Amino acid sequence: MPTVAGLIALVFVISHLIPADPVALIAGDTASEEHKAAIRALYGFDKPVHVQLGNYYLQLLRGDLGKSLFTSRPVAEDLFARLPATIELTLAAMLLAVLVGIPFGVLSALRRNSAFDHAVRLVSVSGLAIASFWLGLMLQWLFAMQLGWTPLRGRIEGFPPPGATGLLSVDALLAGDLAAFGSALWHLALPTVTLGFPALATVVRFTRAGVLETMQSAAVQYQRSMGIPASVIVWKYILRGALTSTVTQIGLLFGILLGGAIVIETVFDWPGIGNYAFNAILQSDYNAVMGFTLYAGVVFIGVNLLVDLVHAVIDPREAR
Amino acid sequence: MKAFIDLLRKLARDRSALLGLVIILALIVAAIFAPVLATHPDAAWEMNPVNRLLAPDATYWLGTDRMGADVFSRVLFGARITLVIAIIAVGASLLIGVPIGLLAGWYGNWPGDVLMRTSDIFLAVPQIVLAIAIAQTLGPSIENVILALSLTYWPWFTRLVYAETRALKNEVFIESSIALGVPPWRIIVLHVLPNVASPIIVRTSIGMGFTILTAAALGFLGLGAQPPTPEWGRMISESREFLPEAWWYVLSPGIAIFLVVLGFNLLGDGLRDILDPRIRRAKNV
Repeated sequence: MPTVAGLIALVFVISHLIPADPVALIAGDTASEEHKAAIRALYGFDKPVHVQLGNYYLQLLRGDLGKSLFTSRPVAEDLFARLPATIELTLAAMLLAVLVGIPFGVLSALRRNSAFDHAVRLVSVSGLAIASFWLGLMLQWLFAMQLGWTPLRGRIEGFPPPGATGLLSVDALLAGDLAAFGSALWHLALPTVTLGFPALATVVRFTRAGVLETMQSAAVQYQRSMGIPASVIVWKYILRGALTSTVTQIGLLFGILLGGAIVIETVFDWPGIGNYAFNAILQSDYNAVMGFTLYAGVVFIGVNLLVDLVHAVIDPREAR
Repeated sequence: MKAFIDLLRKLARDRSALLGLVIILALIVAAIFAPVLATHPDAAWEMNPVNRLLAPDATYWLGTDRMGADVFSRVLFGARITLVIAIIAVGASLLIGVPIGLLAGWYGNWPGDVLMRTSDIFLAVPQIVLAIAIAQTLGPSIENVILALSLTYWPWFTRLVYAETRALKNEVFIESSIALGVPPWRIIVLHVLPNVASPIIVRTSIGMGFTILTAAALGFLGLGAQPPTPEWGRMISESREFLPEAWWYVLSPGIAIFLVVLGFNLLGDGLRDILDPRIRRAKNV
């Protein structure tokens, strides 16, 4: 909670105190003097700073993130409408990172310094060095343009299935529409791989390090000396160690994914909040960009809180 | 001095870290000697629409871009921009973050708390989100990108230094210095700082990699260098509309980014393996 309040204050400083004329930023380049005066009165820019800050908090508590210069709709509404698309992509990428990353990390640690280990480490180090938007473009070029295996952009072919969640793949499955499900998955493929790759690399590294550490820990050495077969040790203790270390890093992973979503959604024309931010930047839609900053910030803080809770449940040592 | 040479010797034994160092040195050479190494030093900035979008050949090693400029030369000049952005941004983050961490760790209690809370706020959002907000407010330019990156990376140094400083404060040799009446600033500069140097160095190398990627992303989004400045992220953005034909236009700056970030990451990993005492112990087991 205090972090959110602090974030709001920070965004306030950035948007209200830093610019020479914040009204000009909000109103846009082509605004008339009357328009600017109206905005000045509406948002109270002529009032003292602490009053402005207070008003800002009140405004945000109402859920009002200002109006978009481009769509003339409330920013909060636009963002909310686009959130499911980003969630679907982020979840898919997270699943990929965890489901592929953990096994590879564990195997890599167990076969330390083997050819397999070196190959995995090479790929994971590379994964953290590639610009994700560039990777997306190259994958697009190869798979969509040259080979024609995957669609180029967008979320689905034809009309989206009716649904509650807004996650097109889930909705299609729930509605029993296999064609739509397939289409949704195909459209998800490239963006998910692109977005998930750096997260995958991170998971592999942390899992590998975690397993190595567990293997050398006193508990495991004791077990080995007691004659407990290695396979039992691996599955019971090392896996748990690997999972715990991943849960700890999920906050970090989510940060990578959310940050990456901005450019990835742009490359694949994926209609989520990242794409919204990109268009807002292009159009100098100031309210929209600031609204996005706050929105993304609050979502990120929320996810981290959730992860902390889960972590406290899984590992009581941390809670103390 | 001896410690430094010792470090270099240990580094030389780690092949991947050595590779990283070689790549970074190559980057520095490319950046400094760009006008000499470039095949078309003027064409990098000129507009030559007659030659636009040519495939790589003997004259244009990596082809030409939409303005007819030589991609190879532009990538070389882009190395300068990348290096400048990375060094200044990470350097500034260091200069802001380390003192704050030292002060917060040393004085503790409520000043320390306030400072750490503040840094937590900056860490509460992914770096690029906050950087976008700052860059959008100030207007798109390289200077503002550097500013935005510095203002969002400093907390990483602060946290590191804060934790180490607090731990060190309980060490006997520090306690005895305090008891002897040595002024705090002397203790901090002469005793605490050298002991936190190792994690700072590792974090700096890794930070260079992250900063370059974030700067490229900001350039891609249009918030960084403006045309015709040859910034790698921006070049990739410009090349988008010419896929799938002009593949060299997209490939070249991307590979450049990859190699450079790889170099810093490998070096950072190597440094961490050498400097982090926990890992040293683990390796010897």
